[in-house]
Amino acid sequence: MAIEIKVPQLPESVADATLVTWHKQAGQSVTRDENLADLETDKVVLEVPAPVTGVLKELRIAPGTSVTSGQVLAVLEEGAAAAAGTAPTMAATQPTKPAAAAKTPAPAAGTAPTMASTSSDKLAPSVRRMVEEKQLDPAKIPASGRDGRITKGDVVEFLDKPAAPAAGKSARAPATVGAAGRQDQRVPMTRLRARIAQRLLEAQQTQAQLTTFNEIDLKAVMDVRARYKDSFEKKHGVKLGFMSFFVKAAVEALKRFPVVNASVEGNDIVYHEYYDIGVAVSTEKGLMVPVLRDVDLQSYADIEKNIGAFAQKAREGKITIEELTGGTFSVTNGGTFGSMMSTPIVNMPQSAILGMHATKERPVVVNGQIEIRPMMYVALSYDHRIIDGREAVQFLVTIKDCLEDPARLLLGV
Amino acid sequence: MASEYDVIVIGGGPAGYPAAIRAAQNKLKVACIDEWKNKDGSAVFGGTCTNAGCIPSKALLESSELLVKTRDELGVHGIKVGGVEFDVTQMQKRKTGIVKASTNGIALLLKSAGVTALQGHGKLLAGRKVEYTAHDGKKETLSAKHVVLASGSVPTEIKSMAFDGKNIVDNWGALDFESVPKKLAVVGAGVIGLELGSVWRRVGSEVIVLEALETFLAVADQGLAKEAARHFKKQGLDIKLGAKVSGAKSTANGVEVNYADASGSQTINVDKLIVCVGRRPYTKDLLADGTGVQVDERGFIKVDDHCKTTAENIWAVGDCVRGPMLAHKAKDEGVMVGDMIAGKYGHMNYDTIPSVIYTHPEIAWVGQTEEQVKASGRPYKIGQFPFAASGRARAMESTAGFVKLIAAQDDDEVLGVHIIGPLAGELIAEAVLAMEYSASSEDLQRTIHAHPTLSEALHEAALAADKRAIDNVNR
Repeated sequence: MAIEIKVPQLPESVADATLVTWHKQAGQSVTRDENLADLETDKVVLEVPAPVTGVLKELRIAPGTSVTSGQVLAVLEEGAAAAAGTAPTMAATQPTKPAAAAKTPAPAAGTAPTMASTSSDKLAPSVRRMVEEKQLDPAKIPASGRDGRITKGDVVEFLDKPAAPAAGKSARAPATVGAAGRQDQRVPMTRLRARIAQRLLEAQQTQAQLTTFNEIDLKAVMDVRARYKDSFEKKHGVKLGFMSFFVKAAVEALKRFPVVNASVEGNDIVYHEYYDIGVAVSTEKGLMVPVLRDVDLQSYADIEKNIGAFAQKAREGKITIEELTGGTFSVTNGGTFGSMMSTPIVNMPQSAILGMHATKERPVVVNGQIEIRPMMYVALSYDHRIIDGREAVQFLVTIKDCLEDPARLLLGV
Repeated sequence: MASEYDVIVIGGGPAGYPAAIRAAQNKLKVACIDEWKNKDGSAVFGGTCTNAGCIPSKALLESSELLVKTRDELGVHGIKVGGVEFDVTQMQKRKTGIVKASTNGIALLLKSAGVTALQGHGKLLAGRKVEYTAHDGKKETLSAKHVVLASGSVPTEIKSMAFDGKNIVDNWGALDFESVPKKLAVVGAGVIGLELGSVWRRVGSEVIVLEALETFLAVADQGLAKEAARHFKKQGLDIKLGAKVSGAKSTANGVEVNYADASGSQTINVDKLIVCVGRRPYTKDLLADGTGVQVDERGFIKVDDHCKTTAENIWAVGDCVRGPMLAHKAKDEGVMVGDMIAGKYGHMNYDTIPSVIYTHPEIAWVGQTEEQVKASGRPYKIGQFPFAASGRARAMESTAGFVKLIAAQDDDEVLGVHIIGPLAGELIAEAVLAMEYSASSEDLQRTIHAHPTLSEALHEAALAADKRAIDNVNR
């Protein structure tokens, strides 16, 4: 029986996906659950598992083509592996968009699912087109037209890119040929990369971001770890790292300074009464920030387990879009690569991000004496529109105090 | 008659009467004083526009164009016409009737709006008082909380060719010729000169237009101007550029006109001379001492962007203040002031005022000319669509001209639209609206236009700006 292999239901905020690779060719036999193809969206790579065992009869979509939910990708003939026979080549379907589509940054909207169609009634025709093509949220575009209408120029400025024809032409410029070995290699950004680029730029252009620093003496935390790491691992089946301490300290500080846990929506400050903390994970494909939910309710073991699971999933490219969205605060650790100090970029629409760095033994003064202590510089980048300097500094001081004296976490002081 | 008003408007032309009506609509007590008297002595509202400008000229342009059509252009339709006769007296009679209907209409509008319409002279005194002198000489002093000055403009007179009311005339005189002049000279190839020159050319005059500037229609987009010049030449309008008229004098059988051009001094003898080199603001006997209202060196009443003069609660609108001397500019200023006096929002957008020349082919434009865009340094693109490629225009036998659209390269904003061709004055309205909404050429491209219409030309011109026209070859 012939079965149509369709594009799985894409999450709400994702309009389409690009078929990146076919793992199986027409005529090959496949087993149930075997991954047939990779679909790349702005946030993750999705797999297309074979629903049944059989033979892949026909591939309908060429790699590099943009597809939407429910679109037919291939036809699978159910049954035991058939003889090779005539392997039907891929049906000659013209890609819906030229290969250049893979290069075109088509960023999904920020957080809240933004359907361009709902707000298209008052948009000018050109704006409607641009909003849909680039999956923009009209509410985010500063409008300069009559009665607050968005003009095409407003969208162009918002996207900060030259007129389309120019961009199109430059993308096709041939590689410069210089002396032997001096060639340029032009590689279009992957969708994921382009999306990351766009979001980072958007964060910097929307928020009034700056960073405040402090340093933490991690001796106390290290002592706790040294004393209990074995029993912890024995009891909970997971290693006791540092992240759980930092995350818990962050929650304590967020409780005391709720505005750091809030987001800006239009002219409103939205205070979130829950603590979903994103933990940045670096992968080959790029930076991802999966979110730990309700961290205030999780135990240290839960946190370590979840972080470990996310890291594993990220390496395998299996993080889902749901796991990446939401989040009221983020933590990033540049120290794993050796960074001493940095100014992380806030993960919009959140309003702040904590940056951890490498721990280095340094001479510091403790009670009038010089001692060697494991010091870590920490950074808090924050949106100054809603978080004032005083709060940001004290927030960071709270984290420092909680980590330098973990009893504080226990007692909530 | 009351002597205290919320608003007194001095001037009942296209700036004054809308100001009065809007103020009255805003429930204010309004009086409108107007001193226009026709040549037959009748006192009427409507000012220059209705009596000696817009309306009568359009009437004559229509009649004269029909004459040309009937005489020369019906054959192609299979309509055989012979022995076409023209009666200039009847043409003038129709014009007079239209003017009368219009002025009566304005009087009715003022009455219906509850405005006290006073005919006579109004003079602003200090302290927001107005001295009203009726046509019979009776004087009265009125007072108002606000006064709106809308005294208009008059044709600029040049001493060396002073009006004699018979053979050397201004535009009003030119509208009233009782017979078709055999040879007619026009000083000034501006809007008025071209329109009046066209009228009399069509009905049989030999017309020479003397323009001092080297550039024809310098105020318009030069692509448009060149096309226009081509057609006017074909129609037999002899337009001489760089011709500076030194003087003219009435002779026994007409007018002797002296001018200098590239080849030296010239003299021509004509039957009538129309002098239309511009208009100047009219404030004669308008302002007494101590009103606080200032007038600039060119005679315009000084006002800010909202038509407020330098005196408190004294406003000025229309031809007597800065800006293009156009009836629709006057009207919208009047309405703006009528609203602002009542404490409401009022605004004028001087960047989207359309201009129309009612010649054939008709000419209209809004926004910047190509020369202005070039001078601004902003990179631009142009889309042009000829009416020759329009099915509707072909069916109408009106294929002359084109629509030219100028848009910015950086964000596609429409910067200017220039039309020469059938019903240009009507078609420009869409462009004005588009520019009011800061539309891009793409917005026009994505708006459906009925087919087959002349309006499609604007659609195709917008597409042509991106080299995506459907009904024309993209170059």
